[in-house]
Amino acid sequence: MTVPWLTLLGLVPLVGAGALLLPIKELARYLGMFFALLTAAAGIGVAVLYTGGASLAEKVAWMPNFGTWWALNVDGMGLVMVLLTVALTPVVLLAEWKLDSVGRWTPQAFVALVLLLESLSLYTFLAADVLLFYLFFEATLIPMYFLIGGFGGAQRAQAAVKFLLFSLAGGLVMLISVIGLYVYSIRVLGTPSYLLGDLAGMALPTDVGRWLMLGFLVAFIVKAPMVPVHTWLPTATEQATPGTSVLLVGILDKIGTFGMIKFCLGLFPEASQWVAPAMVVLALISIIYGAIAAIGSSDMLRLIAYTSVSHFGFMVLGIYTFTSAGISGSIFYMVNHGFSTAALFLVVGMLIARRGSSKVADFGGVEKVAPVLAGFLLFAGLSGLALPGLSSFVSEFMVMAGAWSRQPWVGAIAALGTVLAAVYILLMYQRTMTGPVSEATAKYFTTDAGLREKWVAAPLIAVILILGFVPGLALKVIEPTTQQTMSHVGVTDPVAPLGEEGK
Amino acid sequence: MNIATPTFEWLQLAPVLTVLLVACLGVVVEAVAPRAYRFVLQVSLVVLGLLAALGFLAVNYVNESVGILAEGAVALDRPTYLIWGALLVFGLLSILLFAERKLDNGVSAFAASAASIPGSVSETDSSAARHEHTEVFPLALFSLSGMMVFASATDLITAFVALEVMSLPLYLLSGMARRRRLLSQEAALKYFLLGSMSSAFFLFGMALVYGYAGSFDYKAIDAAVFTPTYGHGLLLTGAALMAVGLLFKIGAVPFHNWVPDVYVGAPTPVTGFMAITTKLAAVGATARFFFVALGADRWSWQPLLAAVALVTMIVGVVLALTQTDIKRLLAYSSVSHAGFILVAVVGATVATTSNYTSSVASIIFYLLAYGFATVAAFAVVTMVRDAAGEANDITSWAGLGQKNPVIAAAFAIVMLSFAGIPLTGGFIGKWEVFTAAWQGGYSWLVVAGVIASLIAAYVYLKVIVSMFFAAPAEGVSVGKAGLVTLVPVGVGAIASIYLGIFPGPVMDVVTAASIFLR
Repeated sequence: MTVPWLTLLGLVPLVGAGALLLPIKELARYLGMFFALLTAAAGIGVAVLYTGGASLAEKVAWMPNFGTWWALNVDGMGLVMVLLTVALTPVVLLAEWKLDSVGRWTPQAFVALVLLLESLSLYTFLAADVLLFYLFFEATLIPMYFLIGGFGGAQRAQAAVKFLLFSLAGGLVMLISVIGLYVYSIRVLGTPSYLLGDLAGMALPTDVGRWLMLGFLVAFIVKAPMVPVHTWLPTATEQATPGTSVLLVGILDKIGTFGMIKFCLGLFPEASQWVAPAMVVLALISIIYGAIAAIGSSDMLRLIAYTSVSHFGFMVLGIYTFTSAGISGSIFYMVNHGFSTAALFLVVGMLIARRGSSKVADFGGVEKVAPVLAGFLLFAGLSGLALPGLSSFVSEFMVMAGAWSRQPWVGAIAALGTVLAAVYILLMYQRTMTGPVSEATAKYFTTDAGLREKWVAAPLIAVILILGFVPGLALKVIEPTTQQTMSHVGVTDPVAPLGEEGK
Repeated sequence: MNIATPTFEWLQLAPVLTVLLVACLGVVVEAVAPRAYRFVLQVSLVVLGLLAALGFLAVNYVNESVGILAEGAVALDRPTYLIWGALLVFGLLSILLFAERKLDNGVSAFAASAASIPGSVSETDSSAARHEHTEVFPLALFSLSGMMVFASATDLITAFVALEVMSLPLYLLSGMARRRRLLSQEAALKYFLLGSMSSAFFLFGMALVYGYAGSFDYKAIDAAVFTPTYGHGLLLTGAALMAVGLLFKIGAVPFHNWVPDVYVGAPTPVTGFMAITTKLAAVGATARFFFVALGADRWSWQPLLAAVALVTMIVGVVLALTQTDIKRLLAYSSVSHAGFILVAVVGATVATTSNYTSSVASIIFYLLAYGFATVAAFAVVTMVRDAAGEANDITSWAGLGQKNPVIAAAFAIVMLSFAGIPLTGGFIGKWEVFTAAWQGGYSWLVVAGVIASLIAAYVYLKVIVSMFFAAPAEGVSVGKAGLVTLVPVGVGAIASIYLGIFPGPVMDVVTAASIFLR
């Protein structure tokens, strides 16, 4: 009997979440960290065992009469998302080590919810059955809802409801398509099936395929927040703790772009090409609007949320250029954005922990009293604006190269986004860190980054640097998925593959 | 002259007969047992009787005995097994709530003397003497037996008699609340008047259908529809009038006006009992009537029911949005669930070798998920109390998560199941009914259902937000309830999760029951 590695991988944090139901109070953080690290080890184990293709696929009957299976599989894109998830979770737990109780919302509950969320997210990335994916896609909302609503700012309950309603609305539109897939799998295949393998080759009538694809796409657009359905994200990050925001933006929102590649392109290749022009325009709007809104933000947490809206625009743009550089760049961007946004949120979290405010105007001259913290923020910011040498540069360049090779004007507008990125990051840095030391700064910033905080930032900085200088590490894993997606959709690169330049 | 002995399948009908017999025994207990022993005797009779009925049902199920029983009056088929089983299980769980005495100072939720005028001396006297109405147990059992027959009746006369047997005890039970008695009596009267009216519609419709088919038997009506002689209008009018009676019992718009008032006025355990079992029986009877008797004429009734399903979903969830009383909220939520169930009825999808979803199976699964969630929900409603009794105002539920996390979590689970969030039974139920409707060619109704689901989600979320994220309300606490309340809460919450994560086994059983016996 083969060992169900993928099931076990998701089971580790789930067991951890269960163990945290025990009344252990002070030990909760350590136990949570133990399980998070164990999951990280399991994730690395899966990466080692993965030899390409369906080498780790699992399939067990769940509701076979309805064509639904407990089917898990991992491909290149799934693997990097798994690694991103297992890497960020322990960092988040370490960053929120000093979290205070809010009534009954204890740090123990926080750790348990984070582990539950990790488990559900892992299964979402691994699912190879549409209904199974849908179940986990929606189930991730519940722990995230309680994470936002239980811990954070004064308006957190409203923010949690707003988050949930947007996500549920998108998810329910997807449910229509999920049901439609079932109905059409019977009509076309003769037997109900939700297996991705069966559905991918299904010849749907053109208009049906387009409608069903739109159902999925709406859910993913809400998830990956794109303008105009992004409004829940700034509200959520402003109210949630920075750790929660990392999980939300770094991991959960990736399901949106991940889903576009795996489900929209994978199941409805014709419809995806049909919708591509609209998506490119929407992506460009997100890039520019997100950047401008970030420049105008007076709150750092909202600012980071808007930068993410802009960055998600890049990811979506990459996907719908239908070039190998664009798609590879987009997947790589998902990873890089995960780490660089995590760095931004967590460093800002360290600033908030001292100042008790996230308003840009409440800071000033911090680099003089807390140079290490300022350095962290600068590094995280530069990673956010895609400075060459840092990992996000590679992916952003690949996306723009892909866009340019299809339509030069698209690449040109996207390039404008990178200019604006420099503006919003550097303006924020200038306003908060440079200049004379303000009274409040002198009063609140009595300590620079502590040992724990250095350990939070160190792994993120290391990953950003390593992937910046040796992007091939990740691209080698991602490339097969890209090639497979390209051939499945039936497109080829317009000119000589530009992806090579990124290496 | 040769008179044939009527055949009567005693063993196959034993589940219904047991319930009836135990109800009669309950009446005898009221007559002969001393007051002090009645409560214990009645509760043990209910528990043993319903378990025995379930036992008979299980024996028949294992023997796979199916057939049209009692001279063509009742069909014992796979759907009947499941509906009877569900009625018995949910009946048992919700009648257990009747027996809760710990929450209210050692007395039950029922009036000390329902016959005395509210505020009169005789009321005060019987209250002081700690009297209680133990008749509620046999009354509930009589009603339950009526429901079992109603859901399985295959001729109109049996259906009508069963309808009355199930309804009359409910009218009485609704008027017996210990607190806010005038409200309760008003609810009972309203329920009785409107219920009688709907029964009259049903009866009138029966007469017209008889005029068309020349028979009360579903099979004969079906045959008449196949070979129409004259008067399709007669059939349509008759069916429409009968639908009024059926939709009234289901609580579908525009025949839903009694639901909120009766749900609020009736003692909460009775509300819980009605909310599940009436809906089960009425939906079962509706589906059987439309599918078996009028299946061949479905092009005529599908559009009409589709319209009813649409407005029921939308009106139910929109009115639930504005409610401030938890029982009224649950009442409107129950209206909206009636709409979701009707979506599957409209689809009229039959299982084939390649397609395992059918309207009947999806309806039954939905009702199971709804039943478990409802029994737990109303059990929790009885537990949240302030000095004056149950605290039904939603604002007084604020911060419940801090006062009693376990009970609040159980309530949150059933709310999520009502909302149809994945990993709960409610989601699988919704997925099933929507699939059945789409396969029947009603994809637009699925879209409408999804929109209604979103509004519904907000309704239930508001309660969860208030329980977990709001500052605790003063003076409200979760009462220390006995096992008779805690068991329904636990069973309901655990089953809601189980049906969401491991629906396979239940789904297999339900899928096997996708066709009515004709």
